[in-house]
Amino acid sequence: MAHRYVMAIDQGTTSTRCILFDQRARLVSVVQREHQQHFPKPGWVEHDAVEIWRNVDRIVPRALREAGIDASDVAALGIANQRETTVLWDRHTGTPVGHALVWQDTRTDELVRELGQRPGAEEVQRRCGLPLSTYFSAPRVRWLLDHTPGLRERAARGDVLFGTMETWLIWNLTGGPDGGAHVTDVTNASRTLLMNLGTLDWDPELLAFFGVPRAMLPEIRPSTDVHGTTRRVVPGIRIAATLGDQHAALFGQTCFAPGEAKCTYGTGSFLLMNTGAEPVHSGHGLLTTVAFKLGDEPARYALEGPIAITGSLVQWFRDGLGLIRNAPEIETLARTVADNGGCYIVPAFSGLFAPYWRSEARGIIVGLTSYITKGHLARAVLEATGWQTREVVDAMNADSGLAAANLKVDGGMTADNLLMQFVADVLDVPVMRPMHAETVSLGAAYAAGLAVGFWPDLEGLRRNWHRAAQWLPQMPAARREEEYANWRRAVELTFGWMRPRGGGPPDPRNPGDKN
Amino acid sequence: MPGPVQSIERAAAILRLLARGSGRLGVGEIAASLELAKGTAHGILRTLQGVGFVEQDRATGKYQLGAALLHLGSSYLDVNELRSRALNWADALAARSGEAVRIGTPLEGSVLVVHHVFRPDDTLQTLEVGALLPLHATALGKVLLAYDADLAARVQRGPLESFTRRTLVTAPALTRALAAVRDAGWAADVEECVPGEAGIAAPIRSSGGLVVGAIGISGAVERLCGARSRPDATLAGHVRDAARAVSRDLGAAR
Repeated sequence: MAHRYVMAIDQGTTSTRCILFDQRARLVSVVQREHQQHFPKPGWVEHDAVEIWRNVDRIVPRALREAGIDASDVAALGIANQRETTVLWDRHTGTPVGHALVWQDTRTDELVRELGQRPGAEEVQRRCGLPLSTYFSAPRVRWLLDHTPGLRERAARGDVLFGTMETWLIWNLTGGPDGGAHVTDVTNASRTLLMNLGTLDWDPELLAFFGVPRAMLPEIRPSTDVHGTTRRVVPGIRIAATLGDQHAALFGQTCFAPGEAKCTYGTGSFLLMNTGAEPVHSGHGLLTTVAFKLGDEPARYALEGPIAITGSLVQWFRDGLGLIRNAPEIETLARTVADNGGCYIVPAFSGLFAPYWRSEARGIIVGLTSYITKGHLARAVLEATGWQTREVVDAMNADSGLAAANLKVDGGMTADNLLMQFVADVLDVPVMRPMHAETVSLGAAYAAGLAVGFWPDLEGLRRNWHRAAQWLPQMPAARREEEYANWRRAVELTFGWMRPRGGGPPDPRNPGDKN
Repeated sequence: MPGPVQSIERAAAILRLLARGSGRLGVGEIAASLELAKGTAHGILRTLQGVGFVEQDRATGKYQLGAALLHLGSSYLDVNELRSRALNWADALAARSGEAVRIGTPLEGSVLVVHHVFRPDDTLQTLEVGALLPLHATALGKVLLAYDADLAARVQRGPLESFTRRTLVTAPALTRALAAVRDAGWAADVEECVPGEAGIAAPIRSSGGLVVGAIGISGAVERLCGARSRPDATLAGHVRDAARAVSRDLGAAR
């Protein structure tokens, strides 16, 4: 029988993976390649889109080889991707305009502040569900248009295209300069600041506000929809679904009903709650976003609390400080001590995301005494992820009016038992990990499989969800409240560190930097 | 009897060279000192780096002795790293077999459970990470004993505690069982630790074939075993596949 597998590509912040799933949603093969992180200046984070494309070119054939199958065995391909990362490229040559600007990049700080003072700024969130922030794509597109001579004209003519990573990969997979499809999906488009949440199309007012020419933008499609067939890498595979990685994880965790929520622990961490057919506007610093849109069915919406730095704090502990050799060792080191010793780390490396949205905040280690060892620092690193989760859960409960009864978790950091226990302790609810830790890839595969009839319906997918592990709260309430109060005091100390002007290094390449 | 292996002699010479003087040398300096082609020296250095015996300074590109050499005697694979690397495959094994999965490493005469995946039936189960199991009475433990002669000798010198009437309590019986594990490449326990329960386990190997842990399933004997209490061959195949997948991830040869 043909079509025995579904393929997922998860184009993430640090690596790209290709995973094959069988009909029972079991992992058949996994191939992964990391790509380089470029940090040309403080606050700047870039990827080489060509390197990422080359990685896809390598891992897809290898995943097929490891499973011992070929393209004809694959029913469909689903793509999940790091969101908001912005790449511009030449339609005729396929050559990117410089590096891709990554979602963590804060170079648009000044620009965002300036835009915030313009007329129409207060309208932005009402139209697209997102606050004006360096986090999203539109300011990056604007920055590139402002800082690359002649680019605006080429973009207005449609000679230069914009995409987030899925758009870039689909365009290349379906032929590149030779007729590649220039498309995105509603979830990725909902992270640009340019899509109207009601119409699910590019919003003319927002395009005018950010000064982004419509000619460079991809067509917005439903999340499940046959976007085209691969003509490069491994020809002949239908590309049947696209979801932003966090939306894919929500889907992979089978959070199909309103009120169901998950948190994915990776480089950053992302808590999303399905809110049903109507967008809920947040009063507590959360984002309103599209959860998914299946073909012609109405879109489903979600509330999201993104946390910028969680796993990347562990990476910094490993690479920046050299205190551990590999990320999982953080747990070993943290277990050498019984508690944090009074030390707290607030990783506001590129400002704070939800629920604060303070782009001028910078990280802090507080409570240092001569008693503190690297073990305490390791504890503080893990606890920072726990407390940041708590703050977002508090905001979500306040906005939705529901108290989350448990939290479904996934992502690489769920391998850390000490951290997962701490999350259960500080939330005071059970934390559950599903049998599929790879929920991002699984969500992309589920969506693609649904689109082509490989899986019949959502209920069938739901039956695949099984609990693989559960952590129950154990921390006494008094201790929890005391620690939470300490954490919040530490957070307040990070506010206002970067000054609006002259606070950071001057940027000679930024002639628009004048206020 | 085969002669000495030239590349191992060269690797030893490189380690001796790095153990002298400043202890930081570039690949060109090493190649020149030993009159090796630069490519040959580089290949050996990369291999030594892979096993942690040398480290390369990121800034200068020079090589020095690796931290792993100083800790040759202690377990070099962090148990939390083992769990992290095994996570996907342990999940896949639980999904395939329908049984609970555990990964164990030796700790002070017992099996330390370093990872546990619930049986995928959504019943109430408790995370057993950190629990200690007897080496001689569990499939996980028998795998660890089968590939560690020293550990096996120590266990056999002490009293072998009886948990059920099927527990192997004599040294000769255990010795025979461990030889059978090595022959088969996997181990089982059938009501040897807990009445009514069985386990199947296989070795997790890192580069060079060193066994660093065991992965296995456990559950009701009627599900894990067929006629005459023989462990189910299909389930044993799933366990071995998972063990091989984790081993591949850890750099073991196929």
